[in-house]
Amino acid sequence: MSGFPILSLMIFLPLVAGIVCLFASSEQARVIALGATLLDLALGLLLWNQYDIGGAQWQFTEKLPLFAGFSWALGIDGIALMLLMLSVFLMPICIGASWISIDKRVGEYMAAFLLMEALMIGVFAAQDLFLFYIFFEAGLIPMYLIIGVWGGADRIYASYKFFLYTLFGSVLMLIAMLWMVNEAGTTDIPTLMAYDFAPEAQTWLWLAFFASFAVKMPMWPVHTWLPDAHVQAPTAGSVILAGVLLKMGGYGFIRFSLPMFPEASAQFAWLVFGLSMAAVIITSLIALVQHDMKKLIAYSSVAHMAIVTIGLFAFNVQGLEGAMIVMLSHGLVSGALFLAVGVIYDRLHTREIARYGGLAINMPYYALFFMLFTMASIGLPGTSGFVGEFLSLGGIYQVSSWVALVCTTGIILGAAYMLYLYRRVIFGVQTNADAAAMPDLDLREWLMMVPLAAAVLWMGLYPESFLAPMRQDIAALDARLARAKPEGDAKVTAGKPAEKKSEHHEPAAAPEGAH
Amino acid sequence: MDWTQSLTLVAPEELLSVAGLILLLCAAWRGDKASRPISWLAVAVLVVASAMVAPALCGGASGQASEAFFGQFRADAFASYAKLLIFASAIAALVVAPAYFERVRAMRAEYPVLVLFASLGMAIMVSASNLMTLYIGLEMNSLAAYVLAAFLRGDERSAEAGLKYFVLGALASGILLFGMSLVYGFTGTTSYAGIATALTGDLATGATFGIVFMLAGLAFKISAVPFHMWTPDVYQGAPTPVTAFFASAPKVAALAVTMRVALEAFGQQIPAWQPIVIFAALASIVVGALGAIGQQNIKRLLAYSSINNVGFMLIGLAAATPAGAAAMLVYLAIYVAMTVGSFVVVLMLKDQDGNPVEAIGDLAGLSSERKVLAACFAMLMFSLAGIPPLFGFWGKFVVFQSAVQAGLIPLAAIGIAASVIGAFYYLKVVKIMYFDEPVGKALGKSDWMHQAILALCVLAISPLGYLATKCLGHYAQLAATALFGGA
Repeated sequence: MSGFPILSLMIFLPLVAGIVCLFASSEQARVIALGATLLDLALGLLLWNQYDIGGAQWQFTEKLPLFAGFSWALGIDGIALMLLMLSVFLMPICIGASWISIDKRVGEYMAAFLLMEALMIGVFAAQDLFLFYIFFEAGLIPMYLIIGVWGGADRIYASYKFFLYTLFGSVLMLIAMLWMVNEAGTTDIPTLMAYDFAPEAQTWLWLAFFASFAVKMPMWPVHTWLPDAHVQAPTAGSVILAGVLLKMGGYGFIRFSLPMFPEASAQFAWLVFGLSMAAVIITSLIALVQHDMKKLIAYSSVAHMAIVTIGLFAFNVQGLEGAMIVMLSHGLVSGALFLAVGVIYDRLHTREIARYGGLAINMPYYALFFMLFTMASIGLPGTSGFVGEFLSLGGIYQVSSWVALVCTTGIILGAAYMLYLYRRVIFGVQTNADAAAMPDLDLREWLMMVPLAAAVLWMGLYPESFLAPMRQDIAALDARLARAKPEGDAKVTAGKPAEKKSEHHEPAAAPEGAH
Repeated sequence: MDWTQSLTLVAPEELLSVAGLILLLCAAWRGDKASRPISWLAVAVLVVASAMVAPALCGGASGQASEAFFGQFRADAFASYAKLLIFASAIAALVVAPAYFERVRAMRAEYPVLVLFASLGMAIMVSASNLMTLYIGLEMNSLAAYVLAAFLRGDERSAEAGLKYFVLGALASGILLFGMSLVYGFTGTTSYAGIATALTGDLATGATFGIVFMLAGLAFKISAVPFHMWTPDVYQGAPTPVTAFFASAPKVAALAVTMRVALEAFGQQIPAWQPIVIFAALASIVVGALGAIGQQNIKRLLAYSSINNVGFMLIGLAAATPAGAAAMLVYLAIYVAMTVGSFVVVLMLKDQDGNPVEAIGDLAGLSSERKVLAACFAMLMFSLAGIPPLFGFWGKFVVFQSAVQAGLIPLAAIGIAASVIGAFYYLKVVKIMYFDEPVGKALGKSDWMHQAILALCVLAISPLGYLATKCLGHYAQLAATALFGGA
């Protein structure tokens, strides 16, 4: 790889732009923010382009021993690359979503968003345990301000809840990290990922990390901050919260909990399964009875994240790949859905479902996009949601048929609440005159919707583009987990030896990574 | 041990006392109109004194070579580190004072002189390696401090603060003296080294009492729970520049003394005092956090915040390791920057007529009226709460790291979980400044000296502070090594 510090540049570019925004006028701040995020997206595309699939596990590495006790170490593998791409892809759209709806303190708002972007990139690129923690925690500050300053009516309660919940989860993780570093004598994440902690210690460490990631994810029953935060945050805040911040929990599991504590992960898999099953069913049922569109989508996020966790803890390649794709897909789809809600919220300033109806008549294009994202959220074949959910559930089926059964029920419930939402908002009679008078999408909204729709379809039709960079890393993780793998209850016996026997046993065997 | 060497070692203290006396004469001769020049001279004296103590830190002075007056006084790297912090706080307290006092026509030439004498007392405290020296330094500092607390003679609250500080301070000194006499009775010596030698093996009941009483007396001085009650009242009543001084310099001095007494004099009896320190640490964290929640006055809130922070620092002491001591010293340096910065913000909060604004509710919407000030205060609050990437996080980080290394994992886990309670009230301040509707109270212009000090403090606690971690850690390590008797 070239010695050019592209990851550092990607972190510092939005940071500098954010500081400039603080001193700029509203108009200038918008343009600067959009420019900076687009430039970061371009850098991200360059990164993806330069990423050597099947090459070294850690690429674009940088290391500067700047601080006492930890260092400025960056580097990405395929998993981090994909999540990083998701962040830089969603950011310009977020800025676009706030173009008109945010009219007070624009400079500060844009600065908060750009700071957020820098920190998110930092989280996914950090290769030092404490550097990761600093980025991970620091994200609380801009998000707290975004919800609190520019949020809805109940924003203050929501911002407190968001901050204190996530802080409480994270501080316990810090103690675990301190212990690990003391034990292993290094803060280097790749080294720690290969370090074998004693199984008894793993139990405690796993629980401490779980406290943090489960809140961030969020898993039932510590998810209650999410609906509040989502509903109160401005549209772009919801997009980034659902699109990227929730992924930090999943990323934490796949980067820390699983490879660093395989035995403990196996030991607690039942806990994760239990919570995930509860989440899928309970939050889906809650989503069914919501009157507030954002709240409905927020609950659906919790349900989708549960599909991620069962995929992660299935301990096989299918489950892990599925979990990653669900995360990416959910980032796009829930982001798009929040955006779609934002579009009509900007027009009518209400999120009450009952205040809309029959929008297909006056907003046909909007209805079309909304339809696509609804279907993707349900997991219709051809959209990104299907690929992820299918792989994830396929993975869990090898471990436990019951979990697979319950979670698949959740998918059906998901279809129920999403279609019900769609019917009430888009179809039916136009009972509300003001809703019937709303204009269709304007150019700015088209520009935000089209890339999202394209990405959703691309991921649904040709997921290989997204799976290829991750394949090698997931195979490595699977190999690391092999020793702790729980025995499946399905006891699937192979059928008659077929021609392509090898594919059934090791779907992620080495040669596949090559193409 | 020759006198020349001893006198050289105490040169910074000599400078302070001689300069203090001369400036006192100037004050007597020239009257209050000379208060500004005298302040500047006092600052210059402190700067020179800092320059004089710095070599001991850089050279890592420790052991025999740093002892003066037959082991009564020790000018080692540890004392030097503490003195630098004390002098820096004193300089800040001097620089911010004129603008505040002149408005109420209460600027007197005695103020800089008193600050100098208080600093001298603290310098003696942190260098003391004998109970007698310790007590002389402590009282020297306290007497100056009582007067400072009551400096606004016309203001009832200031007088009340002075009286409370005096009565409770005298009580604390009494408890401390009682402990010292017990320790002396059971060891037959007042020198730290002698006490450490005598207190080995099983501890006599009387000696245990002595240790407990001494720690209780010191806990008063560092305002650790359960001896913290005076703090909010004194902090609220004392004039704000004085409060800034109280919250920083004497904290450093008292904590440094506590460290030296606990780790040096009682270094052989760690199991005897460790539970006490652990209790005080956790109680301070929790009480400091819970007590702050209901406060309406920003100075009282910061008083509880300082109680809370002392709790975190005591976790480093509970570890009883060189790493723990170094962590405390790092935390102290960051704490001084955060505290001075916060109180300077309080000084800058004035209404249009220049009257101080101290009610937290009056800060509502500050972010839209005074953007930069609000942003600085928000950064200080997040930093005090220990949220990364602000530098306050680093202090908590190193302290908890040392606790984990020393095997005190439950203590670290409980302490850090309790820090979330503390985060709540810091967030509340940010919420009031950023989320609430403006009330248009704190609109007054601020003095450029205040702005300069605030800018320095905010720069120090900004993420840029992390670039200083290596250097800070290095010096803290040198100081801690000196405390544990040299490499």
